[in-house]
Amino acid sequence: MSGTFVGMPAFPEAAREAVGNATLRGNLRHATHTIRAKRARAVAELSDWAELREAGRRIKDHTLRHLDRYLEQLEESVTAAGGTVHWAADAEEANRIVTDLVRATGESEVVKVKSMATQEIGLNEALEAAGIRAYETDLAELIVQLGKDRPSHILVPAIHRNRGEIRDIFTEEMGTWGRPAPEGLTDTPAELAEAARLHLREKFLRAKVGISGANFMVAETGTLVVVESEGNGRMCLTLPETLISVVGIEKVVPSWRDLEVFLQTLPRSSTAERMNPYTSMWTGTTDGDGPSTFHLVLLDNGRTDTLADTVGRQALRCIRCSACLNVCPVYERAGGHAYGSVYPGPIGAILSPQLRGTASEIDASLPYASSLCGACYEVCPVAIDIPEVLVHLRERVAEGGPAVRQGNRVLLKPAKGHAAERAAVRAARWALAHPAALRTGQRLASRTRRLHPRTLPGPGRAWTGTRDLPPVPAEPFRDWWQRTHGGKDTSK
Amino acid sequence: MRVALFLTCVNDTLYPDTGRAVVKLLTRLGVDVDFPMAQTCCGQAHYNTGYRHETEPLARHFSDVFGGYEAIVTPSGSCAAMVRELYPRMGERARAEGRGDSLARTLAPVVPKTYELTEFLVDVLGVTDVGAWFPHKVTYHPTCHGLRGLGLGDRPRRLLEAVKGLELVELPGAEECCGFGGTFALKNADVSAAMGADKVRAAESTGAQVLCAADNSCLMHIGGTMSRLRTAMRPVHIAEILASTEEEPAV
Ligand code: SF4
Repeated sequence: MSGTFVGMPAFPEAAREAVGNATLRGNLRHATHTIRAKRARAVAELSDWAELREAGRRIKDHTLRHLDRYLEQLEESVTAAGGTVHWAADAEEANRIVTDLVRATGESEVVKVKSMATQEIGLNEALEAAGIRAYETDLAELIVQLGKDRPSHILVPAIHRNRGEIRDIFTEEMGTWGRPAPEGLTDTPAELAEAARLHLREKFLRAKVGISGANFMVAETGTLVVVESEGNGRMCLTLPETLISVVGIEKVVPSWRDLEVFLQTLPRSSTAERMNPYTSMWTGTTDGDGPSTFHLVLLDNGRTDTLADTVGRQALRCIRCSACLNVCPVYERAGGHAYGSVYPGPIGAILSPQLRGTASEIDASLPYASSLCGACYEVCPVAIDIPEVLVHLRERVAEGGPAVRQGNRVLLKPAKGHAAERAAVRAARWALAHPAALRTGQRLASRTRRLHPRTLPGPGRAWTGTRDLPPVPAEPFRDWWQRTHGGKDTSK
Repeated sequence: MRVALFLTCVNDTLYPDTGRAVVKLLTRLGVDVDFPMAQTCCGQAHYNTGYRHETEPLARHFSDVFGGYEAIVTPSGSCAAMVRELYPRMGERARAEGRGDSLARTLAPVVPKTYELTEFLVDVLGVTDVGAWFPHKVTYHPTCHGLRGLGLGDRPRRLLEAVKGLELVELPGAEECCGFGGTFALKNADVSAAMGADKVRAAESTGAQVLCAADNSCLMHIGGTMSRLRTAMRPVHIAEILASTEEEPAV
């Protein structure tokens, strides 16, 4: 994935900083609570939501099961419609393909539709290294790019920023990228939008190459689909001469009819709209209309490895609606950056450690970045059981086990730093399998209860730093039971 | 009806009052309660921290101890969810790993017979008015595993509403997690504490004297936060409210 995130500290450390930042927490709380209430209303309007959710789950599962077949069909359809298909095994290969394609046009600038796939591979940085400047045209993405920042939300990458911060970024940075912000810019939404419009218009009219992702690819016709709210994406898709789309292989659906389901569930889940304002669809090339050259780069980058895992593969059903982020109490406090990936929140916590593996500190910590409250599963429009996958990945981190990496079966060792915990868990399991030992421990705790400190040393400090411990009772229940019901115990 | 009380390791060790309350309540309702002394732990914390293989012997032990009863009642939404939802999943995983049906077969008998307390009262005994008296202003926090895992729905509320003298007040953002999450409270202590503090502030805003829930693990976290923030509010397990009567009131 993008080099930007390498060397991230583990989630708990990254989150600590965010928890202490009152502005960030306030911005996030306000934004997520507003959208979550709206989403609930938009979903409640449909009497068949449960059926739509189930249909979405099934379509995705069916497609994933026959992914090879549908991808071949897609390649044929795209080629027949005048496009060219490229296959990229990983980020490096995808970046090389795109860089070469842009170079072949002789251009040194491209305009971009907001796309998770290109962020995942760090395309902007790779193009920059090759002397090509990529301009983000989605408003929130533009704010992130101008602010030399990182996205913190799937749908609203600048969700952590408030209007005052955005005004400052526009005033300071727009000039170095193109048309500067108007004099005396205020932080009213209308003025900020107008400043962005003027800045971007200049880019749209000049660009010869556009780069996009896609929300869906229809195998039967080779049609790609982008849904968006602003219309800036449509400008990038229609004005340039060359269009390059970089799309994860899991985005394919078999037929147009399948879109019927997702075009209802996606907008309601993401922006709480009945229908998103812009749905753009393109099929290869058409004379005299839109780009005359079209390239599709199909990106694997860990996806087939993920597909090999029977529990974890459901993460590939994700349609990136971000509903799970907006209801997640951990995301709300920790912020998107703490996840160290372009995929933050609950989906990021299960997707990144599968796409990237669990070798790094941040990836090994992500499966634990959840209280397993289940709110994410409840809202997910394709019914991804995120808590189930989190626990499954915790197992991979704590106990090791079989996995597929780069197409090879491997046996993963437990992640570093879990040896002490594993020993403690084993000891606890032993005590719990021997009731007499448990009882001795309980009695000991009761007898020494007046000696217990208020704050604990070692790992216990994580508890007593902010919470008091309950007093240990004079007598555990089982002793009371034996004293009062002694003769009645009929168990072994 | 021969009912086994599965108290859970946390309640046994730290919250014996809850256990005594369950015994008192069920006995009052004419249920014959047994406490199998060999019981220990359902393995939830092990499982949810990623130690599925360490959990299997605990699950087998649970089944050995409780398999012979007609019903198993536990005052913990999360431990009931562990048995009902996750034991079958563990059996399936063992099968998928080519280890045969033995685990699934061993665990099968306890799965449908394990009930969270409020579920048992409403669904099995068919009561909502358990004859309790508790003259306090109470707010109810539905814990995540009870709410979303077991789908307890309005059962706890219906039971509380029938308690004489009790004034039930709405908890703002009730469905949001309190931040306990088992080992999450230790592994991500900062986020957990922030969530706990928000929960306590929401509870304080109701003016209630008591915050009630059906899971002592969450109450341990919320109560520990209340105590540190010097909140004049008490965490109380729902069993203790339902067991309280005019003759023998809960403190
Ligand atoms: S996991 Fe589900 S809820 Fe989260 S972004 Fe993906 S589709 Fe949306």
